[in-house]
Amino acid sequence: MPANGKSNTMSVSSSNLANERTTFTDAIRLKLRVPARLRNRELVLLLFAFVITTGAMALVQLGAIGVLDTGVLLLSGVLSALILGVHVCLRFVASEADPFILPTVTVLNGLGIAMIYRIDLANGLFGWEAAGVRQIAWTGLAILIALGVLLTIRNHRVLLRYRFVSMFGGIVLLLLPMLPVIGHSEFGAQLWIKVGSFTFQPGELAKIALAIFFAGYLVESRDSLSMVGKKFLGMRFPRVRDLGPILVIWAASLAVLIFQRDLGTSLLYFGLFLVMIYVATARLSWVILGLALFLAGAVVASQTLSYVTGRFNGWLDPFNPDVYESIGGSYQLVQGLFGLANGGLICTGLGQGRPDLVPLAQSDYIIASLGEELGLAGLFAILALYLLLVSRGFRIGFAGQDDFGRLLGVGLAFVVALQVFIVIGGVTRVIPLTGLTTPFLAAGGSSLIANWIIVALLLRLSDTIRHQPRLVVER
Amino acid sequence: MNAAGGMNKELKRVSMVVLLMFVALFSSGTFITVFQADNLNADGRNVRTLYKSFSAERGPLLVDGAPVAVSTPVNDNFKFQRVYTNPELYSAVTGYFSLNQGNTGVEGALNDYLSGTADSQFLDQLNSVFTGQSPKGAAVELTIDPVAQQAAWDALGDQGGAVIALNPKTGAILAMVSKPTYDPNLLASHDTGSVIDAYNQLLADESDPLINRTIAGDLYHPGSVFKLLVTAAALDSGQFTTESTFANPSRLQLPQSDVTISNATEGACAGGAETVTLTEALRLSCNIPFAELGAALGENVIAEYADGFGFGHRLDVPMRTTASIYPENMDPAQLMLSSFGQYDVRATPLQIAMVTAGIANGGTVMQPTLIDSVIAPNLTVLEPFQPEVFSEPISEQTAATMVQLMVNNVSNGVAGSARINGVEVGGKTGTAESGGNDNINRTLWFTGFAPANDPQIAIAVVVENRPGLGGSVAAPIAKKVIEAVLNK
Repeated sequence: MPANGKSNTMSVSSSNLANERTTFTDAIRLKLRVPARLRNRELVLLLFAFVITTGAMALVQLGAIGVLDTGVLLLSGVLSALILGVHVCLRFVASEADPFILPTVTVLNGLGIAMIYRIDLANGLFGWEAAGVRQIAWTGLAILIALGVLLTIRNHRVLLRYRFVSMFGGIVLLLLPMLPVIGHSEFGAQLWIKVGSFTFQPGELAKIALAIFFAGYLVESRDSLSMVGKKFLGMRFPRVRDLGPILVIWAASLAVLIFQRDLGTSLLYFGLFLVMIYVATARLSWVILGLALFLAGAVVASQTLSYVTGRFNGWLDPFNPDVYESIGGSYQLVQGLFGLANGGLICTGLGQGRPDLVPLAQSDYIIASLGEELGLAGLFAILALYLLLVSRGFRIGFAGQDDFGRLLGVGLAFVVALQVFIVIGGVTRVIPLTGLTTPFLAAGGSSLIANWIIVALLLRLSDTIRHQPRLVVER
Repeated sequence: MNAAGGMNKELKRVSMVVLLMFVALFSSGTFITVFQADNLNADGRNVRTLYKSFSAERGPLLVDGAPVAVSTPVNDNFKFQRVYTNPELYSAVTGYFSLNQGNTGVEGALNDYLSGTADSQFLDQLNSVFTGQSPKGAAVELTIDPVAQQAAWDALGDQGGAVIALNPKTGAILAMVSKPTYDPNLLASHDTGSVIDAYNQLLADESDPLINRTIAGDLYHPGSVFKLLVTAAALDSGQFTTESTFANPSRLQLPQSDVTISNATEGACAGGAETVTLTEALRLSCNIPFAELGAALGENVIAEYADGFGFGHRLDVPMRTTASIYPENMDPAQLMLSSFGQYDVRATPLQIAMVTAGIANGGTVMQPTLIDSVIAPNLTVLEPFQPEVFSEPISEQTAATMVQLMVNNVSNGVAGSARINGVEVGGKTGTAESGGNDNINRTLWFTGFAPANDPQIAIAVVVENRPGLGGSVAAPIAKKVIEAVLNK
């Protein structure tokens, strides 16, 4: 009996083991076979993207200096290799990630570098002096950091655990530029920290930290935010005690507006928060309340803060000679419009326009530079790329399984969309001009790093949503 | 997690908002680059347009195939330097092409063609975008006859004034000289500081060297050359003939006025007969008979003919000219004064040359122009300028009579110093008094044409601010230019 019994148990356990082995090898086979389709698609798109970015660099050199500088082309080749590295890494750690995200940002980033480099050529800057060369280095660093994020965060749900750390991190990052020694102000905005000759814009990273915090906090507390409260005018308004978070965020946004003198960043954080709380709670009343608060703040600011008044006047009446010539007036806006008009429909061609005439042509105004040399057609192509990227982020929201991931995906995608709207809308006079970087295009290391981290997170999230249903079926 | 699936409705709404944001960006981009572009490109604060017109290889200005303004490559921001090969001689025609003081003359009027941005050059521009070649502007061949231009320049000498010569049959401008003048090379420099200095110095100069006196400026009193127009009106209206007679006092008091007028001789016309014919009055350029004639014709009739010959019109030659003035609503005294070219009658030398050219050309005034053709870099002709009729103010018969009167002026009249052996020259002198000390600050005129049977040239000469008579000062200048054209 005992022997029998023993052999019985043995046989059971061995068959269990065999069973486990087959599911395990099946899983491995699945992992190696199916997803390759997505990654192969990505590879084809990436190769196409490299053709565009390398072509842009070559055209810039031919257009502006008439010869090919192989050194710089080689540097951008290194970037292509790094991006291929990300692609290979994805095959192993996020094999079902969205295949459109990486090629899209590759083209945007590459076009940005080409344009920044082109303006360096116009200004006669070479080597480390050239913003274009520094931008290549920053892009390299940003890609490596994105790789690091992909490798360390294997499951986005760990981020949920760090939501309060994110909150503090985000607020600290926001406030850093206001510190006495390291705080640094450029063009009137107190947005940078400076250590030695090295400057960094921590607010760019704060938007990621805040998106993580909002997603985590809202997933947890949305019941109380959405279910209770008094009805008024057909809408359910939140209880006073639940107003805490929105007031905190509102106060933080106003602090940025007043103390850091930056309208764009303030608008960006607040807009992000409103959209995420709306998606999480389905309460339009939050949006109305929030917009009312922000508009009230902005109206007061536009009356009292001279730089905000200047921006509004420049927006409404830019061609008025008084506004044009006043300090903080519409000079830059009008010069950017001249550039866009010079590009027209068919463009001047890369290296053939005069984008260097516009102040900040490499950073805040890079879209006017690109519009001048690539024309309306190029501008549309760039906007379409952004729309594609944003729609891939929203896809996570629609198709995702866990609400934290869905909210985070939507938040990150929306922050890119809103930033694009604020910058390009400012340049093209849809809204008053505010200083923000154009994601992936504009010169600036902090912005590149932050946006590449967003790319890594979106890739990770998109991989998870494709994985999840299959795991459920397999178990 | 009550709203797990329900989030989709909110997501759709947010997606719509994002889509709307992008639609706004697409629309604003389109609005700026398509609908606002022309205004933005034309804005004076847009230095791009200027830089662009500088860095394209600007087409040359040619006189008889030889360049008088040409762009040569230089190693600076603007890539090309505009050089005027015979700067002062042609300054009234070429004008200047400057970085910060605008463009004038043909340089300004035909900037689109010269810089290669005219609509008819659109395909070339598109082509240069794809081939990467820098675009080139078109060349402009001028109608100027270099021999006539040089003769006019030399004959006017150091005197202030203007010479303009037309081909009466085509309207082609053969010579255009305005003095004092300037060196356009000084204003075409890429050193903006020196350009500003030179410009301010020229602007401050009281002799107004920047003004092209042939077509613009403060305008001149035409004096007695205006009698041509009044005579033509008198004959063409059918109210008078060459043998019509006028009372011939030595002084005439103007109606409702204390002012008396006299002839240039201070005596009666033609030796003091009781009456004088229109022929004699024109030949000897007597003022009083013309005052009577003007009063008899009336302002409206004269105004109609003045308008027909071009008074009151701004022309594009291709530079925009100042309109010559025949006054309105004159009282009888003013009408009489204006009938011999005083009071507020004012004219450009071009206008007076057009009157003469119209007479010489059988009553047809041709549209004056400096442009012979515009030639694209690939040598196709973009704009072949065909002679255009400007107006037909008088009949052929009136014109023929006027030709005879003007030939008579030169062969036996006060315009004798324009006589050329073997050639029938027609002409009329004028000596306008521009207030103040009459004997010193006079405007001296001659206008004429030759040869009478087959006119090759119509000319107007003005010498300003000096003593003397049109017949003795201006007529010899015109004679030299006519000789230069006919001896070719």
